[in-house]
Amino acid sequence: MTSIKQLPYEEYLLAGNGSCPGCGLTIGLRNVLKAVGKDVYMVVPASCSSVIQSPFPNSSVTVPLLNTPFAAAAAAASGMVRALRVMGKDSVVMVWAGDGGTFDIGLATVSGAAERNEDILYICYDNEAYMNTGGHRSGATPLGTFTGTTPTGKKENKKNVPLIMAAHKVPYIATASIAFVTDLYDKILKAKNIKGFRYIQIFSPCTPGWLLPTEKSVESAKLAVQTGIYPLFEIENGVFKISAPSKAYLKKEKRKPLQDYFKIQGRFKNLKEEQVKMIEQWIDEMNEEYANLDGKKII
Amino acid sequence: MSIIEEKKTGSNLKNLKVVTANEAVALAVKCARVDVVGAYPISPQTSIMEYLTKYVETENLPIEIIRVESEHSAMAVAMGAAAVGARAFTATASQGLLYMAEMVYWVAGSRLPVVMAIASRAMGAPWILGNEHTDIMLPREWGWIVLFPEDNQEVFDTIIQAYRIADKTLIPVIVGLDGFIMSHTTMPISIPDQSIIDSFIPKNTPKPYALNTENPFTHGNAVSSNLYMEFRYDIFRTIEEAEDLVDQVDREWYELTGRTYGGTIQEYMLDDAEVAIIVMGASSGDAKQAAMNVRQKYNIKAGVIRLRSIRPFPVKRLSRIASRLKCIGVLDRNMSPGLAGMIATEVKFALYELENRPIIQAYIGGLGGKDIKIEDFENIYLELHEMMQGKRKVEKVRWVGLDLSAVEAYFEEV
Amino acid sequence: MKVLIPKSKANKGAVGKTGLWRTSKPVVNHDKCIKCVICWSFCPENTIFRFEDNSVGIDYEYCKGCGVCANECPVNAIEMVED
Repeated sequence: MTSIKQLPYEEYLLAGNGSCPGCGLTIGLRNVLKAVGKDVYMVVPASCSSVIQSPFPNSSVTVPLLNTPFAAAAAAASGMVRALRVMGKDSVVMVWAGDGGTFDIGLATVSGAAERNEDILYICYDNEAYMNTGGHRSGATPLGTFTGTTPTGKKENKKNVPLIMAAHKVPYIATASIAFVTDLYDKILKAKNIKGFRYIQIFSPCTPGWLLPTEKSVESAKLAVQTGIYPLFEIENGVFKISAPSKAYLKKEKRKPLQDYFKIQGRFKNLKEEQVKMIEQWIDEMNEEYANLDGKKII
Repeated sequence: MSIIEEKKTGSNLKNLKVVTANEAVALAVKCARVDVVGAYPISPQTSIMEYLTKYVETENLPIEIIRVESEHSAMAVAMGAAAVGARAFTATASQGLLYMAEMVYWVAGSRLPVVMAIASRAMGAPWILGNEHTDIMLPREWGWIVLFPEDNQEVFDTIIQAYRIADKTLIPVIVGLDGFIMSHTTMPISIPDQSIIDSFIPKNTPKPYALNTENPFTHGNAVSSNLYMEFRYDIFRTIEEAEDLVDQVDREWYELTGRTYGGTIQEYMLDDAEVAIIVMGASSGDAKQAAMNVRQKYNIKAGVIRLRSIRPFPVKRLSRIASRLKCIGVLDRNMSPGLAGMIATEVKFALYELENRPIIQAYIGGLGGKDIKIEDFENIYLELHEMMQGKRKVEKVRWVGLDLSAVEAYFEEV
Repeated sequence: MKVLIPKSKANKGAVGKTGLWRTSKPVVNHDKCIKCVICWSFCPENTIFRFEDNSVGIDYEYCKGCGVCANECPVNAIEMVED
């Protein structure tokens, strides 16, 4: 396992970019690119990352990057990687998409690329809503969350896209968090050297969208793991494995109180008691399921 | 038509194949050494992909065919491939083009030289399979060059020409063909030597748009409101200037193969013509026959203006031709609801400033595959001739073959 | 033919001097700093310099003043002070 001091010095995301103060996804992108290196082509659909790149004629990303419409990233990456292979190039093709572009509008395209087992490193940075439009619910938004389109709290639970990906039997699937950068780094490093479709979903807090103080993006991401609401795991060649940062929190009694996670975020400010109970039940069931799957070949 | 012309020039009719227009497309894609194809089925385009996959799998060709999950993705595949400098192709029709629309527009803004075939077909609701031209007309506003050949040989040749035009302008090119009428009808075509095609559309052209790791850049990121219009203007200007290029590329193709289609416009019996019909695609053959017939039967000096390029719209060529004419009928196999056909509205705009502007009558017909017969064209010539003589008034639009009595019983009060 | 292609080259400060967005700035107390480089690894903006000896510095020209570094420092060696 890589230590923080072993993370490379190289930077591929430049300072003075268009991200908000405390942005979670840029913490993710910085460390992902450290693991991937410079021999990569990025494909980015409509998302916060379209803005964070900064406008013409400048860019804040030092690797080649193609912008695509919202639902197109996994297909554009498919065309790109096949073209590169025909041309004899072995570079990594990496989709960097948000949860809206992955869970919702892009899901058919992600599914198609996964079914064909395209040689793509697909990364979904999950900030649990359409943040670039100003904060609107997506399939990734948890139950009870306040967004611009769920003023009394979202009525439905979060969609489990990693397990949808598992149903495609792709060689590598993982969840990761910007609060555990070395775990994230190692997962990307591992995924980079696997052929075929790889899906990694990174928990990436959004300070303005979550009504979260700018300094608390990493803290909230840490709490998401410690409260069991966002377990980190890998599914490598069909074998499910809980990741080290989440290991302890599979057991309910070890988890930190959910309120610690909720109280620092304005998006959970108006949670009603029954909503909290529903979320708790959802977390319990999910962790129980994952504890049962741990170490087993599930697909 | 093209085979006859080839005989006139004395070039060899070698490597003849009897194929549908869809197979002509597939053969052209193979001969163009396309690298990546986005494939998704929709009638009447589907057999293009069937032929291509057959060639690739039986002849072991280095073409990556990606069988995607939607037309939107088919164009995304072509875009991703073109963005790293590969030669890319896809095809669609009708509903598929509508579903793909977002990507079609994006690829043009990205200045990627993709080529797409559209086997034209009407759109629902209600469900309809028949041929018409509304689908092919829509992308004329989306930043593409849009060409529309008349027969299977021309389809093959135009796909090859399309790659040359796209590579020279970084404007993607659509090659339309009449669904079913051509897509599923066989005709003999002659396939040029591969060396001719390779020299006509070399793959080692400069590709400043192609992403690479040696000299990385970001493609298609945001642009400020202060600069967006300049990007749009460059697409406008490039397509405007391409009027000459489409003519030129067709002439260059003639030098190599002995086959020419007139570039943006194919002129038929226009030397002494007083009346002419503007028409597109496979119906042009019937229009030409009708022109011949009315010359013989009624001594009407009739001709045909076959519009081969929808974008660039050949304003210069059309103006030169129209200045010699007295009356023009425009047959649109598409409609702009409540106004007229789309070609007619553009023709009127293009010719408005012309001194001695001819009379222009808009016609709509042949929607959804409704037959337009040679007699219908003859009738149009007779009407145009009467307008020319002042015996008939010009109307905003005239419908050809419209029979409301057939649906009279089904109208309901609302 | 010359055409306008929508492509952009990477540049530091692509949206300007983002340090101007800041209301408070992180100040590193080098006596307290244990050179763990946690702050560097979490900086969303890539505005923390990491030196060869794992000491750190702040790029105030672009630091947006989010405070993640101060919040995550395990020994409270970074303080946010009004700018």
